[in-house]
Amino acid sequence: MSGFVRLWPEQASHYAAQVDWLVIGFTGMMAMFVVPVFVFMWVFIFRYRRGHAAERDHRPSGSLKVELTWMVLPFIGALVLFVYSARLFFEARVPPADALEIQVTAKQWMWKFQHTGGQREINTLHVPAERPVKLTMISEDVIHSLFFPSLRVKQDVLPGRYTEMWFQAERPGTYDVYCAEYCGTDHAAMTARLEVLSPSDYQRWLEGADEGRSLAAQGEALFRQFGCSGCHGAASVTRAPPLEGLYGRSVALADGSRVVADDAYLRDSILLPQKQVVAGYAPVMPTYANVMDEEAVARLVAYLRSLADPRPEPATGPSEDNR
Amino acid sequence: MNTLPTAADAAPRSYLDAAHGLRSWLFTVDHKRIAVLYMLAVTFFFFVGGLAASLIRIELVTSEGDLLTADGYNRAFTLHGVIMVWFFLIPSIPSVFGNFLVPLMIGARDLAFPRLNLISWYLLMGGGLFTLLALVLGGVDTGWTFYTPLSTMFSNGHVVAVICGVFVAGFSSILTGINLIVSIHTLRAPGMTWFRLPLFVWSMYATSIILVLATPVLAITLVLVAAEHLFGIGVFDPRLGGDPLLFQHLFWFYSHPAVYIMILPAMGVVSELITASAHKRIFGYRFVAFSSIAIAIIGFMVWGHHMFVAGQSMYASMVFSLLSFLVSIPSAIKAYNWTATLYKSDLTVHAPFLFALTFVGLFIVGGVTGLFLALLAADLHAHDTYFVVAHFHYIMVGAAVAGYFGALHFWWPKITGRMYPELWGRIAAVMIFCGFNLTFFPQFLLGYLGMPRRYHSYPADFQFLHVMSSAGASILAVAYALPLFYLAWSLRYGQRAAVNPWGAAGLEWRTASPPPVHNFNSPVVVDFEAYDYAPEAARDRL
Ligand code: HEC
Ligand code: HEM
Ligand SMILES: [Cu+2]
Ligand SMILES: [Cu+2]
Repeated sequence: MSGFVRLWPEQASHYAAQVDWLVIGFTGMMAMFVVPVFVFMWVFIFRYRRGHAAERDHRPSGSLKVELTWMVLPFIGALVLFVYSARLFFEARVPPADALEIQVTAKQWMWKFQHTGGQREINTLHVPAERPVKLTMISEDVIHSLFFPSLRVKQDVLPGRYTEMWFQAERPGTYDVYCAEYCGTDHAAMTARLEVLSPSDYQRWLEGADEGRSLAAQGEALFRQFGCSGCHGAASVTRAPPLEGLYGRSVALADGSRVVADDAYLRDSILLPQKQVVAGYAPVMPTYANVMDEEAVARLVAYLRSLADPRPEPATGPSEDNR
Repeated sequence: MNTLPTAADAAPRSYLDAAHGLRSWLFTVDHKRIAVLYMLAVTFFFFVGGLAASLIRIELVTSEGDLLTADGYNRAFTLHGVIMVWFFLIPSIPSVFGNFLVPLMIGARDLAFPRLNLISWYLLMGGGLFTLLALVLGGVDTGWTFYTPLSTMFSNGHVVAVICGVFVAGFSSILTGINLIVSIHTLRAPGMTWFRLPLFVWSMYATSIILVLATPVLAITLVLVAAEHLFGIGVFDPRLGGDPLLFQHLFWFYSHPAVYIMILPAMGVVSELITASAHKRIFGYRFVAFSSIAIAIIGFMVWGHHMFVAGQSMYASMVFSLLSFLVSIPSAIKAYNWTATLYKSDLTVHAPFLFALTFVGLFIVGGVTGLFLALLAADLHAHDTYFVVAHFHYIMVGAAVAGYFGALHFWWPKITGRMYPELWGRIAAVMIFCGFNLTFFPQFLLGYLGMPRRYHSYPADFQFLHVMSSAGASILAVAYALPLFYLAWSLRYGQRAAVNPWGAAGLEWRTASPPPVHNFNSPVVVDFEAYDYAPEAARDRL
């Protein structure tokens, strides 16, 4: 790196290149509308400065046609790029269904990542190249923001609510990751590394970092440890809804509304059980907000999701992706 | 040309000579004296905020955090932001020049509520000094944006004290806004119709609307933050059952309009400076006038462009993006009309005009980069990086402060009765322009490279551009301090100013410099248009 000054960020994805082109195109478009202002200003200043002979008769003091021209033309120009940018934005915001899923937990001042295979890392994130990766993120405390400059994407990470982001890196390499939302004392130290690996290297990494149990299997252990099975198990005495096949289904709530059981719903059911009570059940489920951190919740959610699979056994192999 | 009796010779004493002593200033209800009080206050706050900025820029010369601790740095930029936004920029032009000029420009003896006007000053000073004390003695590390739940549940500073100070100062804004609106509605001299008003008055009117409508939202939001912080009432923190994004919606609902509080007055100043330098009626008077009102209205509908990555709905983001493009049209209208005004003008290039040019140049860069940030896919990358920092400094510091200095030079003869030294004025204007660009242009590159804002230390890759920026900042610091010296010098040694040293149109140039206590010595009747310059240039200038 030494010896030259970097003036343009690396492009680690196809999307990053598209954003750069958008920015360059927009710069060109804006130049078309702005450069005339500078040019004419200087021409007029030179030509009409006091003491300089110039024709000054019939001074105009307004013209509707001129006004409309410089209102409408730049706006239409900008709209074209607005549409292009909105399409890119849409693409960046809607993850493809087959994306590899990774759980992100932020807390003052570190990043924690959990892979479906059960691998866990702190302040480093390994992902395969040429494959969409979807991050489901939540914060333990204040708002943070996960920022990948080389991918041109960031997303705030909120307490109490999952947010998501996805990308597809193309070029293997090591890239900087920052926290972009100011989060207190060591905000500047809340950085991480993104390791984009070729598919075969990634496979090797997964095996090397294997924890022995997949995320869902870890969740299953928690499910027993925290006594969930005592109520939700098949043989329990308390009347609690069965959780098999719940994920992705529409649930009828006691207040008459319906909600799709997604990650956010499962999380809220564990931490804020009184928020959405299932129709036909007593609100007896205790909250786990004080005994469980977001990482544990993420594992439980992974387990509950695995129960939606037609296969009875939760996924165990690290090479297995969750779909 | 129609001349009013100026009667500078038989005039009663000027507002400066009418009374002497500290008491005569601290208990004055004369809008001109209150304007001078405001001028002293905002100058003080400007240099306090500037001191914090210097600390920040010195810290960032090296990539490690060596001058300040992480908490010290966070406190420094919080102090800088809070002081600059609420105690310099927002009161600067409205309270100093709005106060001094609006009654003169509409032909009134004073504002509608002179006592309220004085109270507003005390509120600003009380809030300001209290805030400053809290920031210096205790320190707050939330940033001027007070994002929750950081500010309510995780901050280790004196959040509530600072919030109280800002809350009190907010009432100063509201009262000033009300005073200006009522004055413009009711105190216009006979014949001063709405479309004869100088454009500065139009911009003050638009600004006042925002002051009155937006500031209460800030006040409520701050009260909620304090309530959560002190009593744990769950409003914003999800652990207490609050909504993590609610604060941002409320805050930006105030703060986006607030950025127009900072820039609209400067736009009004520039409209005055350009026409007066050009000795020519402004091009498209009504378009420039209504664009101020349009900005005030549309400005209330774009706050979501600060939240594209915050987790708000994707479709909401698209709407906010589109509206942000819309809000830039009225600003563009102004820039184009100013340019067209110079066509066939009879232009004197003096310091106020150089400040106006500085404004236009920096405002255009700031405005265009605002559009980059309104462009959704670009903002996903640029949000919360130095690109944003550069964007808003180009507008609020580069442009708005150039507008403030332009006004200071242009109306200095009217306020003090003395001319400033012209050469020094030009030197300051050029230095500000150069120093400013050197300071902030590198920050666009830094931001696009990915340098996040509010970083106490940073990867060494970014250092070169940070060093450039700090070098520029040292030039800028000198340039901003310069007027302090030569303007002070001119109070004693400056040439005495004539009634109308610029040959400008406008009622304020038809009364003595400095004006008498009651502004005009004889009743004002307006029977001429705004910017009443000769439609054909005088032959002898050809
Ligand atoms: C005291 C018994 C009890 C325990 C222990 C318990 N639950 Fe529940 N759970 C319930 C009841 C009753 C409901 C239905 C009423 C409601 O929604 O609150 C429920 C609802 C749920 C739902 C929503 C189900 C649906 O159909 O929408 C989920 C998910 C859930 N529990 C997960 C868990 C997990 C995970 C644990 C362990 C950490 C757990 N529960 C522990 C009793 C319990
Ligand atoms: C031409 C019209 C403008 C547009 C389209 C525009 C657009 C934007 C956008 C989209 C952002 C959010 C960027 C981000 O956080 O990612 C932003 C930030 C900002 N803008 Fe503007 N802007 C305009 C004018 C102004 C003006 C006139 C001012 C001030 C006088 C201003 C001051 C600010 C400030 C202070 C911020 C950042 C606040 C913060 O996060 O601390 N903008 N602008
Ligand atoms: Cu952070
Ligand atoms: Cu804004």
